[in-house]
Amino acid sequence: MANKILAVLEQREGILKKSAFEVVSAVRNLAEQLNLEPEAVVVGDNVSNIEEIAVYGLNKIVQFKNTDLADYSSSGYKEVVAGYAKETDADYIILSNTALGKDLAPRIAVGIDAGCMIDCINLDATSGELIATRPIYAGKALIDIKCNTAKKVITIRPNVIKAQPVENPNSPTITVKEVTSPNLKTRVVEFKKSEGKLDVAEADIIVSGGRGMKAPENFHLIEELAESLGGAVGASRAVVDAGWRSHREQVGQTGKTVSPTLYIACGISGAVQHLAGMSSSKYIVAINKDKDAPIFTVADYGIAGDTLEVIPALIDEINKVKSN
Amino acid sequence: MKIAVCVSHVPDTATKVKVGENGKTIDPNGVTYIINPYDEFAVEEALKMKEKLGDNSEIIVISVGSDKAKETIRKALAMGADTGILLKTENDNDSIGIAKVLSNEIKSQGCELVFCGKQSVDYDNTITGQLIAEMLGYSCITVVVKLDIDGNKVKAEREIEGGREVVESELPTVITAQKGLNEPRYASLKGIMAAKKKTIEEKPVELSDKTIEVLNMYLPEPKKPGRILGTDSSAVPELVKLLREEAKVI
Ligand SMILES: Cc1cc2nc3c(=O)[nH]c(=O)nc-3n(C[C@H](O)[C@H](O)[C@H](O)COP(=O)(O)OP(=O)(O)OC[C@H]3O[C@@H](n4cnc5c(N)ncnc54)[C@H](O)[C@@H]3O)c2cc1C
Ligand SMILES: Nc1ncnc2c1ncn2[C@@H]1O[C@H](COP(=O)(O)O)[C@@H](O)[C@H]1O
Repeated sequence: MANKILAVLEQREGILKKSAFEVVSAVRNLAEQLNLEPEAVVVGDNVSNIEEIAVYGLNKIVQFKNTDLADYSSSGYKEVVAGYAKETDADYIILSNTALGKDLAPRIAVGIDAGCMIDCINLDATSGELIATRPIYAGKALIDIKCNTAKKVITIRPNVIKAQPVENPNSPTITVKEVTSPNLKTRVVEFKKSEGKLDVAEADIIVSGGRGMKAPENFHLIEELAESLGGAVGASRAVVDAGWRSHREQVGQTGKTVSPTLYIACGISGAVQHLAGMSSSKYIVAINKDKDAPIFTVADYGIAGDTLEVIPALIDEINKVKSN
Repeated sequence: MKIAVCVSHVPDTATKVKVGENGKTIDPNGVTYIINPYDEFAVEEALKMKEKLGDNSEIIVISVGSDKAKETIRKALAMGADTGILLKTENDNDSIGIAKVLSNEIKSQGCELVFCGKQSVDYDNTITGQLIAEMLGYSCITVVVKLDIDGNKVKAEREIEGGREVVESELPTVITAQKGLNEPRYASLKGIMAAKKKTIEEKPVELSDKTIEVLNMYLPEPKKPGRILGTDSSAVPELVKLLREEAKVI
C-alpha cells in the first residue's frame, strides 16, 4: 500500500479555516504526483464544516476530539498529530503557515524525526521528488529546496496555493477518535480578539496608511475605504512607531508579511522593509504625492496625488459601482 | 536561575540582496550584519527577568555561527547579559542542526528559561525555538508580546491572526519574542566597556547532516512598472474601472 500524506487542518471556533482547504488541495496534488495515500486530520471539538473537506478532494478524514482541544494547545495538538503520524507511518505532513501551523509544524518534526520545510509558496513533485520554493530575506530572494530526511513536515503560505473544488467529490468517511486525557501542559486559556474587524494576515484586500496620512485622525479614511472594499486596515512602521496605529496592523519585515489580492498603499513611501512585507500582493495600488516614491516601482496602478483628496473620491466611486 | 538567550547574526534589514557565486547563498560583500532584531527583544526580556528576580541569576548568550557572530554576542553582553558562548561552525543554515547544538549547550548549562526571537530575518524560518523546546522536552510559547513568570508558572500572550491568545504553561520553557514584548535598552557606554571584559567562550561544533538542502537561490521577477493614472481624484474612475475589469477585485 502506498505511504501516507496527512493534511493537518486548522479549525477555529469549530470552523475549518479557508487556509485549511488550500492545504487539502496541495495534499491532493502531491498525493497524485508522488503516489501517496492522502488523509485529512482535524483536531478540535465540534467542527461544523468538516464534510466540506471532500469538496476539495479528500474524503478520508480523521477527527481527534476532546472538549479541551477545542482551542489550541501546543502540547496537546503535537501529541495527537505526531502520534497519529507515527502510527500511520506517514511520510508527509502538510499544514498551513498560519500562527498555529508555524508553532506546531517544527514540534511534529522533532516528534517524528522529520525535516521541516516552512512557508512554501510552491510544491512541485513532477520529477518524482518534492522540490519546494520559499521566500527568504522577507521575500527579497527565493530558494528552491529539498528535504533530505525520509519524513517531511511542510507548511504552505496562506493565500498562495488556491483551494480547488473537485468535480465529482466522493462522500466523506469521517473517523472520530476521542482523545482521552490530552496533554495540556501548554494551553490557551483566553482569546483576546483585537478591536479591529479583520486581521491583515488573513485579509484578501488590505488598505494601508503611512505618514502621508498626516495625522492619526485621518485614518478614518483608511478605515472607510477598507470597509467599502471588505478589507482590513494596515499601516507602515512609521505610523506604528508614532503611536497612530497598533503594531498588529504593521505590514513589513518586522510586521506582517501579506499577500492579498489587492493592496492599497496610501501615503507610504515604500521603504525596502515595507516592500518586503507586501510586494508579493497580486495587485498593488499606490497613492503618493511624490511620483518618484519607491512604492510606485511595485505598484500596478498609481495616483501621484494627495491621498487625503483621493481617498474620499475613491470611496464614493467604489460605493457607486457596487450599488449598480 | 540560569537564563539562555539564543541570538543570530543576520544581514541588516535594509540589505539589497544579491545572489552569491555559488548560486545558493547571498553575496556577503558589502553587507552589514546585525543582531537579529527579534533577538534584541529576547535579550531585553531576559534582563528584565533577572532584574525582577533580583538574585544572582546568570544570563548566557549563545550563538551558532562563525567568528563574526561574536559581534552580535558582544552586543547582547553590552546590553547587560553576563556571559557569551559561540558554538563555532561555518556551516550554519540548517535549523535542525542548529537547534541540536543549541539544545545540547542549554542542557549542559542547566538553563530552565530560554529566550529566542520569533524569527531570524535572514531565512525567516520561525522554528528554532520550538525545535529546541521539543528536543529538550521544555514547554514553548511562540510570538510572545507579553510575559509573566511567577515561580514555576508561565503566562504569556501570543499574537495570532485576529487577536492574542493567552497561554499558560510551566518552566522549564522556551519563549520566542515578538516586537511589542518590550523596548530593548540601548547599550550604555559603560555597558559597552564592560562587555569588552566579559568572556565569550568558543566551542567548535560539528552540525549534523543538513535536513534541508538549498538547490538554488534567485531573486523574484521584478514587478513590471505600473501605470500612474493621474495626479488627483480625477483619476479615480479609471482606477476603479481597472480594479473591476483587469484585476477583478471589486
Ligand atoms: C530594522 C527595521 C525594520 C523595519 N521594519 C519595517 C516594517 O516592518 N514595516 C514598515 O512599513 N517599515 C519598516 N521599517 C521602516 C522603514 O524603513 C520606513 O521608515 C517606513 O516604512 C516609512 O513609513 P512611511 O512610508 O509611512 O513614511 P515615510 O517614509 O515618511 O513616507 C511618507 C510618504 O507619504 C508621502 N506623502 C506625504 N504627504 C502625502 C499626501 N498628502 N498625499 C500622498 N502622499 C503623501 C510622501 O511622499 C512619502 O513618500 C523598518 C526599518 C528598520 C530599520
Ligand atoms: N545560528 C543561531 N544561533 C543562535 N540562535 C539562533 C540561530 N539561528 C536562530 N536562532 C534563534 O532562533 C530564533 C528563530 O530563528 P529562525 O527559526 O531561524 O527563524 C532566532 O531569533 C534566534 O533566537
